[in-house]
Amino acid sequence: MLSKRIIACLDVRNGQVVKGVNFEGLRSAGNPAELARRYNREGIDELVILDITATIEQRQALADTIRAVARELFIPLAVGGGIRTEADAAAAVEAGADKVSLNTAALANPSLITTLAQRYGSQAVIVAIDAKRAPGQAEVAGGDDHFAVYARSGQSLSGRDAVEWAREAEARGAGEILLTSIDRDGTKIGFDCPMTAAVSRAVSIPVIASGGAGTLEHFVDVFTGGRADAALAASIFHYAETSVHSLKQHLRQHGVPVRL
Amino acid sequence: MIALIDYGAGNLTSVRKAFAALDADICVPAAPADIERASAVVVPGVGHFAATAALGPEWVAAIRSSIGRGRPLLGICLGMQWLFEGSDEAADCPGLGVLAGRCRRLSGVDAQGQSLKVPHVGWNSLGLQRDGAIVAGVAPESQVYFTHSFMAPVTGDTVAVSEHGEPFAAIVERGRISGVQFHPEKSGDVGLAILRNFLRTVDVDR
Repeated sequence: MLSKRIIACLDVRNGQVVKGVNFEGLRSAGNPAELARRYNREGIDELVILDITATIEQRQALADTIRAVARELFIPLAVGGGIRTEADAAAAVEAGADKVSLNTAALANPSLITTLAQRYGSQAVIVAIDAKRAPGQAEVAGGDDHFAVYARSGQSLSGRDAVEWAREAEARGAGEILLTSIDRDGTKIGFDCPMTAAVSRAVSIPVIASGGAGTLEHFVDVFTGGRADAALAASIFHYAETSVHSLKQHLRQHGVPVRL
Repeated sequence: MIALIDYGAGNLTSVRKAFAALDADICVPAAPADIERASAVVVPGVGHFAATAALGPEWVAAIRSSIGRGRPLLGICLGMQWLFEGSDEAADCPGLGVLAGRCRRLSGVDAQGQSLKVPHVGWNSLGLQRDGAIVAGVAPESQVYFTHSFMAPVTGDTVAVSEHGEPFAAIVERGRISGVQFHPEKSGDVGLAILRNFLRTVDVDR
């Protein structure tokens, strides 16, 4: 049976892993290659390196980080953040990324999804969707919720709805959807399960849930009620609040298939 | 020297890195004639079966000749499906045909009638069916990383199956020809062990 994947996200800035809350207030969490090694030892299924820097010099440092991680780890590695062109994607792949994650660039230029899918295969193209509930909107499972998609790391409204955008991304050649709840990012109060389920039902490609992991129970929830195919977390692993191994044992005890 | 065939289906970086980590001598032949000097052939690839059409008659002849001289061949993912007679994914595009059977799309429905996502993406377990050089030392139910929508049939050449609603061939072996549906270069220690097993079948003196 196909296992549910646990993915660790390394938000990298200036060669260091950092993590904030609601996309703000960053603090350092260590060296990316060291963290990657630790997660691999603990049985992580996949790694995502997200570049949260902007300058050209720092992009070069990112390529070095990708190379350092890809040289010694033989599990899927995705890279995202600031991939705006086919050349950016090619640089990440050249450095050792198996998948690239597109966000703002895909919203601005959806044909980039197709271009990259044709060049590297759909399995290499993740479309990352950062979404937020309308203010004050209650969480009603199965209701007609609207999830506003934001661009530029949550800074600007795109005018799109997460479910619609996920469908379009799939049709354009995306191989996976990485769905982040801006409301839940770094809060540790749990994933937005209704939103994840709504997107997961709408597409045939895997949906990776992100934003809000705080307890082991939150992962059980997102894999059951949230219908997620994979769950991504950062803070909960970085500060060693939970080891990947103990999380997976907990999931198995609760009937969620995992790789142990 | 092992010939890694580049026919434009996906990037070879990860496969090269994994073989490099195992100290294998890898080259990417520029012309079919270069395969002659190789002690083994690896056919990787992801994506659409039609991409294998880029392997024109000279490439096919050179790969067949390598097999004919008893040199090992490993097909990975699409490269494994290509070893079969063909695939419903590109009906007019023949496979190499060294393994019997045709590839078809995963049904996306399990025995209880529940629908499953296709593509099949992620870690899934290997159900070992019989011994094979390629699976020496691989523990039963080991998990490996898959990403595919089409599947090869379970036949007498199947060494291990995996299941996504239905069983399909995850590892095949026939003589010195072997193939894996998953990505050993992305399957952690289990994947590296399988690649190491393949390298052990290669006669380095050739």
